[in-house]
Order: sequence, then structure tokens, then C-alpha cells
Amino acid sequence: MLVNRKLILAHFWLAFGVFGIALTLGAWQMFIRSPIGTWLSNPELYYRSLTAHGTVMGYVFPTLVAMGFGYAISESALQQRLVGVRWAWAGFWLIVAGSIMAVIPIALGRASVLYTFYPPLIGNVFYYLGVVLVVVGSWIWVALMSINLRVWRKANPGAAVPLAMFANVAGSYLWAWTAVGAALELLLQIIPVAAGLKATIDAGLARVFFSWTLHAIVYFWLMPTYIAYYTIVPRAIGGRVYSDSMARISFILFLVVAMPIGMHHTFADPQVGAGFKFIHSAFTALVALPTLLTVFTICASVEIAARLRGGRGMFGWIKTLPWDNPMMLALAFSFVMLGFGGAGGLINMSYQLDASIHNTQWITGHFHLIFGGAIVIMYFAIAYDLWPHLTGRELIDLRLIRTQLWLWFIGMIVTTFPWHWVGILGMPRRMAYFDFGDPAIAPQALSVTLSAIGGFILLTSGILFLVVLARGMRAPQADAGPYRFAVAVHQPVIVPVALNTHALWVALMIALTLTNYGYPILTLALTEGTSVPAVYVGAQ
Amino acid sequence: MSTEETHGHGSTSASAEVAARVERRWATIAVVIIVMMALLAAFAGIHRATMPQPRVETTDPSRIHLSGEFIESNLGSVLEANGNVTVRAIGQQYSFTPACIVVPVDTPITLRATSADVVHGILVQGTNINTMLVPGYVSEQLMRFARTGDYLMPCQEFCSFGHEGMWGKVKVIDKTEFANRAKGGGRLSCVGQ
Repeated sequence: MLVNRKLILAHFWLAFGVFGIALTLGAWQMFIRSPIGTWLSNPELYYRSLTAHGTVMGYVFPTLVAMGFGYAISESALQQRLVGVRWAWAGFWLIVAGSIMAVIPIALGRASVLYTFYPPLIGNVFYYLGVVLVVVGSWIWVALMSINLRVWRKANPGAAVPLAMFANVAGSYLWAWTAVGAALELLLQIIPVAAGLKATIDAGLARVFFSWTLHAIVYFWLMPTYIAYYTIVPRAIGGRVYSDSMARISFILFLVVAMPIGMHHTFADPQVGAGFKFIHSAFTALVALPTLLTVFTICASVEIAARLRGGRGMFGWIKTLPWDNPMMLALAFSFVMLGFGGAGGLINMSYQLDASIHNTQWITGHFHLIFGGAIVIMYFAIAYDLWPHLTGRELIDLRLIRTQLWLWFIGMIVTTFPWHWVGILGMPRRMAYFDFGDPAIAPQALSVTLSAIGGFILLTSGILFLVVLARGMRAPQADAGPYRFAVAVHQPVIVPVALNTHALWVALMIALTLTNYGYPILTLALTEGTSVPAVYVGAQ
Repeated sequence: MSTEETHGHGSTSASAEVAARVERRWATIAVVIIVMMALLAAFAGIHRATMPQPRVETTDPSRIHLSGEFIESNLGSVLEANGNVTVRAIGQQYSFTPACIVVPVDTPITLRATSADVVHGILVQGTNINTMLVPGYVSEQLMRFARTGDYLMPCQEFCSFGHEGMWGKVKVIDKTEFANRAKGGGRLSCVGQ
């Protein structure tokens, strides 16, 4: 039951539209700083582009996908019209307004602070206000998801919340709380300085606040992908979810342990003590647990599909999988990239190994592989799967869809593998150009060129994706039937309260954040003399 | 959890038990992997293989050029009485001071550095020397070079429009050569060499 199709389509189109723009900027950046481009006479243009690319890809694009998908889940999984449609539109328009407000100072070169906006470098105040509006818009969605679930619970007392909605609401709570870190940084520290009310700022404290958001935001980006793994893939390839309860446990684990681990981003920082660095390192190891559980459950669910299709043998069943099905292809690509990216993540989480690659191109390679690769390829799959239900028209050209997915996979590997490699060689991130004539840097030239080629493969794939969606708007009409989610082998009837509600886990999430962040934040806030003069972008 | 046996395909309670057993086994393996990783990190830390700086130190970037350990005449490398070397450096838009750091090979070195303006970072290529420079705080890193030679030392955090030009150098020289140069006292660097 998808009633508010226009609302969902608006979110997806805006998401993929801004994605297309940011992707183009990204490809240009890869080109211009590679040996095949010529040095920019004005390197500032690179940082404008990089700020726009990061801000859109980090804050606007995944948030809109999560919101649109969330509304679709709420209506189709709960079989209930969305409550608060007007509010949903208000949230959407807040994001539109915020994005425009943020992008104008970026385009004018007054907010080239990159999406991490580390103070005391301070950009134009409207950039930060724009980001705040985007977040406020998304918080409306969080509230709506919670309200819709509550309405459904009243009508279905004691019933098991459908897995897709349970996970969706967990993801929304995760986002609500993880955004608080950056919100505190923006409201208490940065915006007063950017508005000229204050002239000094504690840069160390700001980095700690930001790390609260910066890591868990990745799990917010990941949520739609994991929801697709569990509740779309098995249905699309003709299988079953191996275990409904393990799926719930995985989402609960993400909710609880995604947050209190962000300080691994500050391993090399002087303002955080060794003890909390170790605690956050250990907790980061813990967040691998839900992913390991998910890999098992999804592989088992896929195996069920293969055996239902007549697959035999220990590994022989892999052959019988529906490989011409875009969803199957997307899942396989996503898992390969998740495997490599996850292994890289385990390196980043250990203080000792991280020292070799911290803030090098390895890190950029890592999060592009995980987010741009494993996560975004499933965003494509989600869009392909939902599109016929949203438009009432069929997506006919499966070959084009498969080509698009293949290109994205190949492009991401070609882009990120050399990227990791130059990181190991010590190439720093976020530079507008490199002197490849220097004998010490020359060996990196080939790898950077390969990455740039990968960037253009990705751009080609991104354009194909938009073409498929646009053509889907004009295809012949066809009734796709009701939108359904995968069912488990043993479909739950009664679920223990702990696996059917979020309150306990939200409480645990907040408590763990307070224990792991409370003391460092409090000591930094109370330390005298740590505020330093702000440096305004474009003022020099 | 109670389950509904509505779907065919052998979903008897026996198969549910098998499924749960396999799943438990995998969950156990996953937990063991994670505990092992945390223990490894703790082991490496306890044995001081690589450790974060133990304490948080502050400094006022608007006054570092006037007094204290980061005044200009105190920047560079100094041979301590115990044979160790201390290097003091600052990062500012868009260079390090000193831009070329000279140190002896095979010697325990303490790098103490801070930023005079925005966030910078020090990364010595081909090593695991890597630290942020956050204005207001002092970064300390222990290091030791096994080979002589020149190492590039780029700034690894975006520090505004000139970031791409912020490259320093570390020159690792012979121990006796360093000792000879240190005889005259003062602070050593390889700027202009």
C-alpha cells in the first residue's frame, strides 16, 4: 500500500538529482588533481568543489534516500496511510531550503571549509545554518516514523512489528541521536563565531563533538542498505530471511554500539587522552559484530533461494542463483565491497595500524568503497525495486540496469584500490594538486591516474542510473501489485518485547554515549584557555 | 520466540533447531574474533609498540611566539643530556617551522608540536609518524628512524586554500654528524640546506 507516492518520488528524485551533481564534481576533482589534469591556477576552486561534494554526499543525498525509503516502508510494511503527510512535506522543503542556503556561500567561495568544517577555520554563517535546516528537516522524518509506528501499535496491540519498520525506526533514532553531536558543535560553538558574536573557539572540543556524529552517521547511511539486504533481497531473488530474530538483534546492535565509538577519528589528536582512545577502539571492534551476523544471515538467506531453485552441493548452489536479476547482482557487488571496505575499517580502528594511514588517501579510499560502493549500490537497487510501485510503470531494460551496476562496481574498485595504495605510500588527503615531478611523489602518479579513470567510469554509471529512472517515468503503464517485503523461514507471530520495541535500546544508546563521551567533553569544556582565535575563510 | 509454521519447504521445528544451532555457532565465532582483536590492541598498547600521547597539554596559540617553548629561537632539534633528541615545531598557514627538520638516525626522538592558527597535521611519509596539530593543544610523538635519508612531511589536514603547498621535510643524518653540529648549542634545522 503506497499512497503518498508523490512524496516518496520527490525525495528520491531530489536525492538522485543532487547525487548526480556531486558525482560530477567528484569526477572533476579526481581528474584535476591527477597527472592527466593540469594544475589549477586557483586551487581554491578545488576546495569549493570538495566542500559541495562532501556536503551533498554526506548530508543531503543519503538523508533524502533514508527519508523517502522510510516513508515507503511505513506505508507498505504497516499497511497504513502515512500519518502527518503535511509535516513530511515540510521536512522535505526544509531540506530544499537548507541545501540552497548552504550551497550559495560554497559556490561563492565563502564556505570552503569541507564537509567536516573543523574550526577554528570558519566559513560563512549561512553554510552552517543551511546544514542545520537539512538536519531539522530530517528530524521531522524521525518524529513521523516514531508516530506512525505508535499509531500502528495502537491498532495492532501486541503484534510483531514488521522487520522493515522495526529496522527503519531504529535507523531514524540512530540518526536523531548521532546528529546531536554536530548540532551541539554548530549551535554552541561554530554558529556564534560565524555570526560574529564570538571571536574564539575551542577547536579540540569541536573535533570531539564532531566525532560523535562523524562515525555513527555512517551507520545511518548504512541502514537503508541493511534493510534492503534483509527485507528486499530475499523476496526479490525468491528466498526467505534465514532468521527474523537475528535481523532484529543486528539492527539493535547498530543502534546501541554505533555511537560510543566515534573517537577513533581522534586517535591522532592531542586533546583526547590515551584511555578514552583505547575504550573507543575496543567499542569500534564491537560494531563489526552486527555486520558479521548480517553477512551470515544474508548468505544463508541467499542459499535458501538457490536451493529452492534446485541448487545442490556445498558451493554448487551458487550457480543456480538468479544472476540476471539486478537485485542479485547488486547484493553480490555490495558484499564484495563491504568485505574489502570492512577489512580496511578493522585496520582503521586499531590505534597502532591507524597511525600509518591516518588522514592519508587510504581514508578517502576506505569511505568511498564502503559508502559509495557497498551502500550506494544498494540505494540503486532500492530505487530499481521501488520504481515500478511508485510510478505505476515497468522498468523494462534489465540489461541497461545490469550494465549500470557492473560499471558502478568496476568503477568503484578501479577508483578505490589505487587510492588505498597511495595512502599507504603516505599521500595526504584533501590536496588540490601534487607535484608529480618530485621524485618522491612520482611513483604515485600511475595510481592517481587509475583512480581518475575509475572516477569517470563511476560518472558514466551514475548517468546511466538517472537515464534508467527517467525512462521509467515514461514507460508503458503496468500494475506492479502491492509492495511486499521478504518473509522469514520461520515468520514470527509473537516477538519478545525486547526485540519488538526500541525504548530499552535507545536508553542504552544514550547511556553508552554519555559514559564514553561525557567525561572527555566535560573536561575539555571546563579546561581554561583552550579557546583560540577563529580564522575566517576568505578573510586573508 | 514462537514461530508460525505456515511455509512448507521443511520448516519443521527440527529444522528450526538446526538453523538456530548454526546461527549460534557463527555468532560465537564472531564474538571470539572481536574479543581477539580488542586483546591484540591492548597487548600492543601495554607493550608500548605504539601508544597515543599519555596526557593532554594546552598552550595559547596567540602567545606562542612571545614566550614559552614554542618561541622562534627554541624551534628545531636539540640534543638532550641523555643522548635523546627533542624536536619542537609549529604548523601555520601554510608551512612548518622549521620547514626542514634534522634528526640523527637510531636515536629516540620526542616531537613536540602545535599549531599557530588552524588545524594542521604532521605526517612523515614512509613511517607511522602521524599526528594532528590542533591550536590550543600540544602534540607529542615519540619517534625513531632506522635509516638515514630525506623524508617528505606533508600537512595531512585541510588548512584552507594553500593546504596543497604545505610540505615540510625530515632529514635523517648520521649520529656523529648530528652530534658535531649540536656542539655549538642552539637549535638545529636543515632549512636552506
